[in-house]
Amino acid sequence: MAPLVSFERITKRFGSFVAVDGLSLDIHEREFFALLGPSGCGKTTLLRMLAGFERPDEGRVLLAGEDISAVPSYRRPVNMMFQSYALFPHMTVAGNIAFGLKQDGLPKDEITRRVDEMLALVQLSQFAARKPDQLSGGQRQRVALARALAKQPEVLLLDEPLAALDRKLREETRFELKELQQRLSTTFVIVTHDQDEAMSLADRVAVMESGRIAQVGPPVEVYERPNSRWTAGFVGDVNLIEAQVAAVYPTFVSLERPGLKLRVATEAAVSPGMPAAVALRPEKVRISHEVPSEGAENGVAGVVSDIGYLGTVSVYKVRLDDGLVLKAAAMNLSAGAARTVNVKDRVWLSWAPEAGVLLTT
Amino acid sequence: MSATPKSHWTTRVAILAPYLWLVAFFLLPFAIVVKISLSQSVFAQPPYTPAFDFAEGWQGVKDFLAALSFSNYANVLIDPIYAWSYGKSFQVAVFSTAMLLVLGYPVAYAMARAPRRWQSVLVLLIVLPFWTSFLIRVYAWMIILQHDGLLNQVLKTLGLVDQPLTWLATDTAVYIGVVYSYLPFMVLPLYAALEKMDVTLLEAAADLGCPPWRAFLSITIPLSLPGIVAGSLLCFIPIMGEFVIPNLLGSSDTAMIGQILWDEFFGTRNWPAASALAVLLLLLLLPPIMIYRQREARALERSR
Repeated sequence: MAPLVSFERITKRFGSFVAVDGLSLDIHEREFFALLGPSGCGKTTLLRMLAGFERPDEGRVLLAGEDISAVPSYRRPVNMMFQSYALFPHMTVAGNIAFGLKQDGLPKDEITRRVDEMLALVQLSQFAARKPDQLSGGQRQRVALARALAKQPEVLLLDEPLAALDRKLREETRFELKELQQRLSTTFVIVTHDQDEAMSLADRVAVMESGRIAQVGPPVEVYERPNSRWTAGFVGDVNLIEAQVAAVYPTFVSLERPGLKLRVATEAAVSPGMPAAVALRPEKVRISHEVPSEGAENGVAGVVSDIGYLGTVSVYKVRLDDGLVLKAAAMNLSAGAARTVNVKDRVWLSWAPEAGVLLTT
Repeated sequence: MSATPKSHWTTRVAILAPYLWLVAFFLLPFAIVVKISLSQSVFAQPPYTPAFDFAEGWQGVKDFLAALSFSNYANVLIDPIYAWSYGKSFQVAVFSTAMLLVLGYPVAYAMARAPRRWQSVLVLLIVLPFWTSFLIRVYAWMIILQHDGLLNQVLKTLGLVDQPLTWLATDTAVYIGVVYSYLPFMVLPLYAALEKMDVTLLEAAADLGCPPWRAFLSITIPLSLPGIVAGSLLCFIPIMGEFVIPNLLGSSDTAMIGQILWDEFFGTRNWPAASALAVLLLLLLLPPIMIYRQREARALERSR
């Protein structure tokens, strides 16, 4: 299937700063796509080029196979929900939602019908006559969403849509947004710096770093099989163990660092002597007082230096004998404050060879 | 606890201060003007009667009140020269305010959209003419507009006219002088309103299918309305009473009310008639000011 949106070798500069650097990316129809990255990585610039607020210096933007690079924003069948919401302060909620429909010269009763429909969709029917400054932050966010959806865009662009909401509301709204996208089966492209948001919402995530795409894929893939130290570190919590390749076997590689031997399941093309890193998610590391059984497991001893209690899980920082600190996360399964592992305990960490990912970049 | 009554006392003084200022420098002088407007003109010092005398007690007050009359107002309303002058002032004020708006809006818009580091320089440039005395600047226009002045020389050099045109002592000269002098008072409030505007709103409008010119009409203009109203009043009100510009650049047979007032006061020394003219002018200007104040109050109410 041909992609709905295609960025083709896009470059965008602001003075001497390269915001987007020769980037190519395809977004498919009905996909919930997330652009994830730290601030300044070019994700918002990319979104603004799709909306038509910025023109690429090089490359093309295609929508349904058509080059729209030179089409002004007011003629593009995409709509954007702004981070600041950008609601028109002198218009009512209904007036804001109707604004886009009026531009198309729709008949009055058709506009009224669409506005009522949108108000019902975001549960704001009783606020139709209010001005934006008479609404709460959450309500304003929903007006902005309704306004952007009113024209039934081919692609809905969301620029940090949940950033201005407080935590609890943000989590609720996240589920509503996901549900809405599935119900409308519209293509959503969201820009966010919040990896939880990207992971929980998107069908596919593009992790961006300084104007380029570091990795694209479904959230599970990006999380479980990061392709670089940078992605592994940006998406989620990770232990990065720097080591040297000692031996290469058909299904796994063994690595060494002073005082530590590791095995990682991989089919990556590496050769002995190469420096490499093992990315290991803390929740995949078991922590125990007992020596792990010999065999397929990786095992290493250390002293607990810190315990971070996070409610559902606790994160244990364990200092190995060579000074390396590894994190292990364990569910707090037992009730009450009882904990089997305490600070200054000498413990064993163990993990399966399949738990780690071998990274060379 | 001892601090509470003290802070109470200072707060009250702080609130009272502007009111005292208004009473001392606006309300009291205005009361004197109203009183003079109800008096009769005489050749004396002061040039009106009755004069208030405390020494005669209650009877004096009664005599004083009995001597006041509205005859000056009646004269102003009967003699068509006054009505004509009010009309002339109104005409000049309306047309020049409209011209100022048309001229000032693009200037203010360009300033508000200029790079941020330039904006303070641009504001300074707008305010710069104030460094020179207002009177000198109007005199300069007299020299520019005179028969062999700069304007005619430029027009002749460009081949636009064969014979020098008459500029001075015409309505055109008055309009040129007024528009030139009041432009900063129009530009600054407009700039303040436009500069506050979130440009993301224009992006949002474009995103929703609105071309730039329509976004200007449906977003920019409505959002700069407070600036438009403030700038227009700031120009309209003083232009209504303008004296210097029509006196120096205009013709004497198309006098604005400010000139008539001046003549009554200094020429014929008819203080009561001049005062009556001043009070009527103020009454004429009161409705637009009150409408503006009401709008402001409503806007404030809404934003709460």
